[in-house]
Amino acid sequence: MTDIKKETGTDKVKKGLAEMLKGGVIMDVVNPEQAKIAEEAGAVAVMALERVPSDIRAQGGVARMSDPEMIIGIQKAVSIPVMAKARIGHIIEARVLEALDIDFIDESEVLTPADDVYHILKSDFKVPFVCGARNLGEALRRIGEGAAMIRTKGEAGTGDVVEAVRHIRQVNEDIQRVLGATPMELMTIAKELGAPYELVLQVKELGRLPVVNFAAGGIATPADAALMMELGCDGVFVGSGIFKSDNPAKRAKAIVEAVAHYKDAKLIAEVSKGLGEAMRGQSVAQLEDKDKMAGRGW
Amino acid sequence: MKIGILALQGAVREHRNALLQLGVETVDVLYPRDLEGIDGLILPGGESTTVGKLLIRYELLDPITESGRKGLPIFGTCTGMILLAKEIIGSTQPRFGLMDIAVERNAFGRQLASFEADLEIPALGSVPFHTVFIRAPYIEKTGERVKALLTYERKVIFAEEDNLLAAAFHPELTDDTRVHEYFLRKIKKR
Repeated sequence: MTDIKKETGTDKVKKGLAEMLKGGVIMDVVNPEQAKIAEEAGAVAVMALERVPSDIRAQGGVARMSDPEMIIGIQKAVSIPVMAKARIGHIIEARVLEALDIDFIDESEVLTPADDVYHILKSDFKVPFVCGARNLGEALRRIGEGAAMIRTKGEAGTGDVVEAVRHIRQVNEDIQRVLGATPMELMTIAKELGAPYELVLQVKELGRLPVVNFAAGGIATPADAALMMELGCDGVFVGSGIFKSDNPAKRAKAIVEAVAHYKDAKLIAEVSKGLGEAMRGQSVAQLEDKDKMAGRGW
Repeated sequence: MKIGILALQGAVREHRNALLQLGVETVDVLYPRDLEGIDGLILPGGESTTVGKLLIRYELLDPITESGRKGLPIFGTCTGMILLAKEIIGSTQPRFGLMDIAVERNAFGRQLASFEADLEIPALGSVPFHTVFIRAPYIEKTGERVKALLTYERKVIFAEEDNLLAAAFHPELTDDTRVHEYFLRKIKKR
C-alpha cells in the first residue's frame, strides 16, 4: 500500500461535491452570525458575500469579490461548505478564493463582470465552480469550460421568481428537444444552442444535464423553493430572500423543509405559517433591461 | 429484496442507480411509514448537519435507531457513516449512534483536499477499488466489536459491526458495485 496515487481537484471530486449538495438549500450570508443562523436552519452550504443582491441592486456601484477576512471569519464559524463569488472572467479573484481554501466558487453575474467576452477557464482550477445559465446552450458552454455545477440565473435580488422559472423551463425544453432528436440532427442542434457537440451527446445519453443544477435568482418563500424543485431543479440558492425578510431563522428553516419535502403540500402549508413578511422585492416586469443581472455573461 | 434509501438530502440518485444495476428494488425513505417492509437501509452522502435536523423534524431518528438496534442492516456512506457513529468528535449534532466508532468530520480537510485513489480492500477481492473522498470523515476510534475493512493513512475508512456497514468514501460515485454487493451479502446472511 506504499505506492498509492492520490489525486485531488479532479473532475469527479468537483462534480461529486455538487452531488452531495442535492436536495439542499445554499444561503447567502454576509457575516459569521448569519452563517451560523443558516447552518442552524439546515443549509447545506453558505455563500459568503459582502452585500446580498438586493443591496447591490439598491446601492449600485461596482460589486466585487468579498474581503478575504470576512470569508475566513465565515469559514471559522461553520462546518458546512463555504462558497464565494468571483466576477465573471476575473481569473485572479478566482485564484485568490482558491488560495483561501474556499469549497466552491460562483462565477457570478450578480457581481459586476470583469470581462465582457470571456468566462474563466474553470478546468484550470482544483476548486469546483458553479455558474449561472438561462438555457441549455449557456449551461453546456459553462460545463465545457469546467463548471461542476449549474444554477439558473433567475433575476437576483428581486424576490420575483418568474425569471428562475423561465430559465429552468427553457433548460427543460432544450433538453426535451435533444432527447427527441435523431443522432443526425444533433450537430445542428449543437450549433443552434451554441453548445459543445460532445456535451449535447452526453445530455442525449443521460437524459439530463451532466452536472447538478440548482435554482437561483428570486426565490423568496418556501413555496417558491418547492416550485423550483417541482420543475426539476436539484436544489436551491436563496440570496436576499432570507436575511431581507422579517424572521430569517424561521424562514430559512421553512425553506429547507419545503425543499426536502417539495411534493408534500400539507407540509409546505405547515411550514409557511406565520413567517412574517417576505422580502418586499421588485417585479422583474418593471425592471429595465439595463438593470437586469441575468443578461451579464453569454 | 427491497432496500430503503434515506432521501432527505444528498446523493440519493446514485445509490438508487447502483442498486438498480444489481436488480434490487429500492424505496425512498422520507417518512417513518417508508421503513415498513424494507430489508436494508442506505444512508447516502450529503450534509450531516442538514440531514440530522430533518431526521428529527420528520420523526425518523428514533424509528431508524430502533430498527438498527433490532438488526436491520444499515449501510452509511460519508454523512451516513457520521450519522451511524456513537461519537462525532467535537459535535453534539443529531445521530443514530448505533455503531461503536468515533468519527472526525471533514477529517482530510476542506474541498481542495477531496481526492480519489485506487485502494485494495481485501474483503472485496484483489482488484483495487476506486475510492472517491469528498470532504470526507474518517474513523478515529473503533470499539471492540468493530471490524476495520480498510485503513488508509493510518485511519479506518471502511468498517462493519454486526448489521452495520460504514464507508468514508462514495462507492455510489463509481460504476463499481462491489461495496453495494457486499452490503447485499450482509443482508442475505441474516
